Amino acid sequence: MKNNSRNEAVDVMVSMHQPEEATLKKYVIGFVGSLVLTFSAYLLTQYGAMNKPVMVIILAVLALSQFVLQLVYFLHVGKEFSPRLKLLVTIFMVMIVFILVAGSIWIMNNLNGRMMTHSNMVKYMNSQDGL
Amino acid sequence: MMHIFNLMASFWLGRLSLKALPPNPIQWFGASLIILVPGMIAVLLTVTKRWKWLYKEWITTQDPKKIGVMYILVAIGMLLRGGADVALIKTQQALSVGASHGILSASHFQQIVTAHGTIMIFFVAMGLMFGIINLIVPLQIGSRDVAFPFLNATSFWLFFFGMVLVNASLVLGDFAATGWLAYPPLSELRYSPTVGVDYWIWSLQIAGVGSLLAAINFIVTILKMRVKGMNFMKMPMFVWSVLGSMLLVAFAFPILTATLTLLALDRNLGMHFFTSGAGGNMMMYVNLIWAWGHPEVYILILPAFGVFSEVVATYSKKRLFGYTSMVWAIAAIVLLSFIVWLHHFFTMGAGSDVNAFFGIMTMIIAIPTGVKLFNWLFTMYRGKIRLDSPMLWFIGFVVIFTIGGMAGVLMAVPPIDFQLHNSLFLVAHFHMMIVGGVVFADFAAITYWFPKIFGFKLNETLGRWVFWLWLVGFLMSFIPLYILGFMGATRRLDHYSASLGWQQLFIVSGIGAALIGAGVGVQLLQFAYSIYKRKDNRDKTGDPWDGRSLEWSLPSPVPFYNFARLPEVSSRDAFWEAKKSRLKDRRKYEDIEIPKNTPLAFMIAALAFIFAFTVVWHIWWLAVIALLSIITLIIVRSMDEQTDYILKASEVEKLDSLYLKGAKL
Amino acid sequence: MSEAAGELKITNELIAKYDKDTKTVFGFWVYLMTDCVLFASLFAVFAVLRHNTYGGPTAQNLFSLPYVMLETMALLTSSFTAGLALLSAQRKRLKHTLFWFGVTFTLGLTFLVLELAEFSRFVAQGDSWRRSGFLSSYFTLVGTHGLHITIGLIWMIVMMVFILKRGLNDTTLKRIRMLSLFWHFLDVVWIFIFTIVYLFGVLGV
Repeated sequence: MKNNSRNEAVDVMVSMHQPEEATLKKYVIGFVGSLVLTFSAYLLTQYGAMNKPVMVIILAVLALSQFVLQLVYFLHVGKEFSPRLKLLVTIFMVMIVFILVAGSIWIMNNLNGRMMTHSNMVKYMNSQDGL
Repeated sequence: MMHIFNLMASFWLGRLSLKALPPNPIQWFGASLIILVPGMIAVLLTVTKRWKWLYKEWITTQDPKKIGVMYILVAIGMLLRGGADVALIKTQQALSVGASHGILSASHFQQIVTAHGTIMIFFVAMGLMFGIINLIVPLQIGSRDVAFPFLNATSFWLFFFGMVLVNASLVLGDFAATGWLAYPPLSELRYSPTVGVDYWIWSLQIAGVGSLLAAINFIVTILKMRVKGMNFMKMPMFVWSVLGSMLLVAFAFPILTATLTLLALDRNLGMHFFTSGAGGNMMMYVNLIWAWGHPEVYILILPAFGVFSEVVATYSKKRLFGYTSMVWAIAAIVLLSFIVWLHHFFTMGAGSDVNAFFGIMTMIIAIPTGVKLFNWLFTMYRGKIRLDSPMLWFIGFVVIFTIGGMAGVLMAVPPIDFQLHNSLFLVAHFHMMIVGGVVFADFAAITYWFPKIFGFKLNETLGRWVFWLWLVGFLMSFIPLYILGFMGATRRLDHYSASLGWQQLFIVSGIGAALIGAGVGVQLLQFAYSIYKRKDNRDKTGDPWDGRSLEWSLPSPVPFYNFARLPEVSSRDAFWEAKKSRLKDRRKYEDIEIPKNTPLAFMIAALAFIFAFTVVWHIWWLAVIALLSIITLIIVRSMDEQTDYILKASEVEKLDSLYLKGAKL
Repeated sequence: MSEAAGELKITNELIAKYDKDTKTVFGFWVYLMTDCVLFASLFAVFAVLRHNTYGGPTAQNLFSLPYVMLETMALLTSSFTAGLALLSAQRKRLKHTLFWFGVTFTLGLTFLVLELAEFSRFVAQGDSWRRSGFLSSYFTLVGTHGLHITIGLIWMIVMMVFILKRGLNDTTLKRIRMLSLFWHFLDVVWIFIFTIVYLFGVLGV
């Protein structure tokens, strides 16, 4: 397995590959972009005067943009040889996270919506024998 | 004076005191068994002077084949433990009618049922599965090792100590009496103030983290360590199914870890996640635990499907029918298994829109499963079928899995589920899936791959006895439960009225369980007899069943470095093609890196055990020490860069020629 | 690509070797993805329990955005400097690497101290995790992130010792890549804590 010429070749290849993966330029883009997005979200929340649903959508879009920005520029997703396993695993994660969070909220809201209110519950319990 | 003594004791010992010892004869008996069995093993080791051997060959090993064997040994031990629980449950249910209250108190009965479920899922089904994966996956992908051998050993020892913690509850304190998923608010401190639920939480936590690490390990192993030429569509079907299963473990077990942690925080720090007051929401627990729990079912069944794909193709002497559709079926199952979890709690009261969505998804997931079943049947069609015992297990599986699966589709209809929820009908259904599916597959796998690992075959006559005892016993045990479920018998039932007329069915079911017990007995006999007669059953060719995938190209038992020379793969069923082509072998020997043995994995897991045990008993000072020691050991390990040694090419060549001559090393 | 490598061609064999070298980093990536699911569970719990204040304070009464913004800036900047540390390490500049890790560590510690100060302020005014379902889930979600930060800080110390002892060899470089991934990942999680817990909380969503 110890094959020197091959190891050298790999070193060359890896060093060829790495500048692509992490460069100062990319980190600066990621950092400045994140700063802009964070401050927009902060200032809009602190001083903006839009109604809630609009704000939620704007903030969600800002957060997701920053998520993608940092994935690409800080975490270097998408820069690898084919098959792009890192990318595939990441997409799978996003899908599972979406299913879990959205599903839980959907189910629990549905259940909560069908719960008795507290005052009705007291009324109901009082109407039952022995309670 | 007494007061100071008490304060000191509660600091040093937490909740632990003499009161923790078992209160009644049956529990004393259980406790003494738990102490006697390891004690006898210790005596045996001392008498045969094998402690050093145990340490060098097993405790410090990094070899996935040995780790696989240990997984299976633990799982078989736990099968006996869980089986003893069954004996008590069935006896109680057969006797506890009307005026008679059987042999167990209600609380003790609930503890036993909880322990049975927990042990059978986490320490038998998962243990057998991880054991077989460890043994076979590296061989089938033409690899010499897993991606992270040290992590692999740590995973096993975490699994092992999770098992020890469950069993410790028999000796000190009690176990959860909440059912195997410990729904709050019953599992909250207010209603379960003893250590039982804590034992449950922490043993699952340790074993769960072990499983998660193992899953990451095997995902990387399969994705990154396949031999040259084996692209995705040339992987053996077992490897595909393991990849699917491990993806599920990796993405479902964190949910379990989180949920258990939240319950522990409720119990220990007075938080209000699932409490019935102060803004907690117990329904969220049920939601989360099943968001893990449903994928868990497929985690267990996918590798079972993989095993049968190998077995059916080999024993039909045909290539697997519909390979591509099998792969897509696995992919579909992996995805769909994350979108059906609500069917475990249709009755919690969600609206018809939610229930209908999850009901339909549940029915849809039956389709890829059906695709697989038909593919196996088509593989058998016009094949040269040999009805050896692995194939018998397969046929038994088809019958039982189909019955159980149909019952499952029935319960996917929410209105029907409202009738059958938490009844014995449900119990019969999931036992048919997990025993008939997973356990049968694991037994088939053990028979099928046994010669590869140990170098000799299991006795076939006894193997057939095992199968028939299991099959008849199983049907006898669970068909009555379907009927009882229809009549309204609920699960975890420790007493019922004589006027219901259920006793006969419970007795029939109990006899069935006894037959399964006899099957397990014959199984142990089969192992013992086969080991005794191993010289007659030697596998000299390395390919006793005329196999198709790479593991059969190796000598049996497989050398510690797996492949002396890495194989070349250009098609599916790589070994089958190689056997037919008889090309001249031009591969060269090369240096092999082998991981050195180390006790650190064992020590880290042992410290995790001490941590968990002391948290259960609130011995906080020791818990802190254990946690800090774990961190220290991890740092120590990270400082060691010489974790491998090199086996020279010339030595590999020498060893290989010895192995090929059939030497036993 | 092949031109830059002179006569070397990027063959399947080379890619296989490259894959082998990067398998640890890939494994670590898979671990990070599983950790995302852990956080997702906690986010789901927070989303469900966020209005269960049980007479206790709501998010609107409790959070001060400028303070949270300060924490966010510390963490975001530390994520950037962690990247610079990796960059210096890849260029084999030992002192630069240590310097940037030092900066990252200081910023990370600042973040952690700010967070703990906020926690203790809440607890001191009687709004601990025992108060309500909302507060339990708040403390657990943000606290789990804080625990990860703590682990990251310990790792960073060990890493710096390791760099000093061994220099920037292949193993060190591989581990620096993983540490920087871990640190960036924690900032990614914080984006969502910042938005969902704090911004949405202050809006009263």
